[in-house]
Amino acid sequence: MRVPNPANADGTKVFDEAGRAPIGHPRPPIGRLLEGHRLFTFILRRLMMLPLVFFGVTVIIVLLMQLLTPAQRAAAYIRSENQANQIPEIIRQYRLDEPWYVQYGLWLGRLANGDLGYSRTTNEPVLTTLRKRLPTTAELALLAILPVIGVGIFLGTMAALNRDGVIDQVVRVLSIFGWSIPTFVMGIWLLVIFYGLLGWFQPGRISTEFAIQMAMGGFTNYTGFLTLDALLNGRLDIALDALRHLVLPVITLATVQSAQIMRVMRSSLLDALSEDYVRTARAKGLQARVVNRKHARRNALIPVITLSGFVLIGLINGVVITETIFNYPGLGQWAARAALNLDYASVLGFAVFTAVAVVTANLLVDVLYGIVDPRIRYG
Amino acid sequence: MDAAPTPTFVARKTALGRWWQSKSLRRFRRNPLAIVGLVIVASFVVIATIAPLVTPLGRSCMRDLGLTAATATAHRDVRNPAFWEIMFRTPGSCYMMPRAGFSPIPQTPEASGTLLGTTSQGYDIYYGLMWGARTAFRIGVLVVGIGLTVGILVGATAAYLGGWVDNVLMRFTDMVIAVPALVLALVIVMVLGNSIVNLMIAIAAVAWPSYARLVRGEVLRIKQLEYVTGAQAMGRRSFGIVFRHILPNAIGPVLIVASLDIGSIVLTAAALSFLGLGPELGYTDWGQMISFARNWILGPPGQPLAYWYTSFWPGLTIVLFVLGWNLLGDAFRDVLDVRGHV
Repeated sequence: MRVPNPANADGTKVFDEAGRAPIGHPRPPIGRLLEGHRLFTFILRRLMMLPLVFFGVTVIIVLLMQLLTPAQRAAAYIRSENQANQIPEIIRQYRLDEPWYVQYGLWLGRLANGDLGYSRTTNEPVLTTLRKRLPTTAELALLAILPVIGVGIFLGTMAALNRDGVIDQVVRVLSIFGWSIPTFVMGIWLLVIFYGLLGWFQPGRISTEFAIQMAMGGFTNYTGFLTLDALLNGRLDIALDALRHLVLPVITLATVQSAQIMRVMRSSLLDALSEDYVRTARAKGLQARVVNRKHARRNALIPVITLSGFVLIGLINGVVITETIFNYPGLGQWAARAALNLDYASVLGFAVFTAVAVVTANLLVDVLYGIVDPRIRYG
Repeated sequence: MDAAPTPTFVARKTALGRWWQSKSLRRFRRNPLAIVGLVIVASFVVIATIAPLVTPLGRSCMRDLGLTAATATAHRDVRNPAFWEIMFRTPGSCYMMPRAGFSPIPQTPEASGTLLGTTSQGYDIYYGLMWGARTAFRIGVLVVGIGLTVGILVGATAAYLGGWVDNVLMRFTDMVIAVPALVLALVIVMVLGNSIVNLMIAIAAVAWPSYARLVRGEVLRIKQLEYVTGAQAMGRRSFGIVFRHILPNAIGPVLIVASLDIGSIVLTAAALSFLGLGPELGYTDWGQMISFARNWILGPPGQPLAYWYTSFWPGLTIVLFVLGWNLLGDAFRDVLDVRGHV
């Protein structure tokens, strides 16, 4: 529900376009009363977008599938070569020659039953592969987010606070180079140096000897996160080995994204530092550290939160390439292989999964944004 | 002896001179990083242009140009029709990397008689990199062209008509943006099949939404100006107003932003063909050359860096290309957006 912008006696609005109360106009009490209510409706409005976007994205993907012949679409439901002569039956069974909207309805119905087709790449149902490989990829992505946020925000802040100083110059050069090295070039170069030349790290997820030991039994998968599971099993050696395999992929994945965050953090903190309220805070005699942290940086983080939605998209794009280079058995490697095998079911399963993940993440970002910055809620 | 009149240089007030002296261009000229970016991009333009003249052509390319082994370099002569053909009507076979032998193992420059060595299967790295610049610009310019056309049509229609049309078109745009670009392009190339044209279609299909948003914003801004109301009052039809009066004024910033996208578009293309979803095998395309290098990370025992040239040169080329566009893009964004320069 939209609350009308209260007007003064002379008809001018109390709030300006951005929802800020101009100086001399205290926020009316009703606004304060409605604060909690507004946040709730804001979140609700955003939540209603979720099924809509899901509907749209899946329609796009199903429409794309109409470029294929029914026989090609049938490939998604074939489990072995023996079934090749049953293609007409499969087309009839799954009604793959019907108009697209009928197929879309049927596809949604199967999706609700957890049937996303059969992955020829991994020889199991698509949903099983998704479930198995998700923790593997999540482990990599979560570890990559740490340096992205830590390094990005820290260096961006340092650069802005030392504007045009040595640190600033170094950070700017670093970020522009980090931003310009494509993931696949970075990955290959890292492998040439640290695997080929120095032999410190290997591609893959775990060394063969440990893989054999784990297959022999006695190793329980609690979470699917290998490092965590190894610790829960009391195997420090396996945990360390898994970590060692994660070093290069994490660096590869994190470089581009941290460079992005660094740039945005720097420029938005510079903007914030030139605001009037920062000058006022300084004029009041507050310590520079307090002004920088509490007044400037907190506001400068808002664009960074916006960017985090894009960071997730970047991570998904990056995961496909990084996992392929490092032979890391996650979702990205599976999707890239499936695309080469013309394994439609797997690629579509992956596409739908990423779309839902991105939409959900954007929703979270929006809500976070609304909480951090009240102006958004009033907008 | 009469002294020749000393020439005096007066800053001429031509349109070009005014543009050169304008505040934003001065800021651009004084930014060293921008100049570096400009120089890099300009070098790539030069490389793409002269690639046919400085590379040893392959056999099928020579055949299509009507050249023989005896006249292998005749196309470098401007008087020869082969020159004009290879420059402006390049046969498709010239975009395929010539092979110096068929060795499954990469060969050093000395062993293969090429400038930078060969990848596995004998593909000439030097040829691939030089012609790859042509491929890169072809992909970049065409994709931006297709993407812009679609973006302008969608954005202008949405903004001018407004109401439910605007809502439907823009929500559709949001949905396309919601899918990670690489994943959507992957689906499209897989469905359409591997080829350079399909690669371009796939990337254009993920590139247009951002242009549509930009155009829509600009058109919405201009729509409110008085001269548009004037045109409406004179009874011009809506599409006439959009295309004659609004778009020409809205298109400037959009064109700049879109052309600066060439770097990232080429990057996406290279990423896709690195994954094996690009043009056919042997096409002069940087992403594919990097993917060749994947199998040669380890050298033979005792020589860990034996095949360094397979990954170094293509990697360096892509990094420089992307760096050039990023520097240029950064500088332009600085010039266009005065905020942040207090």
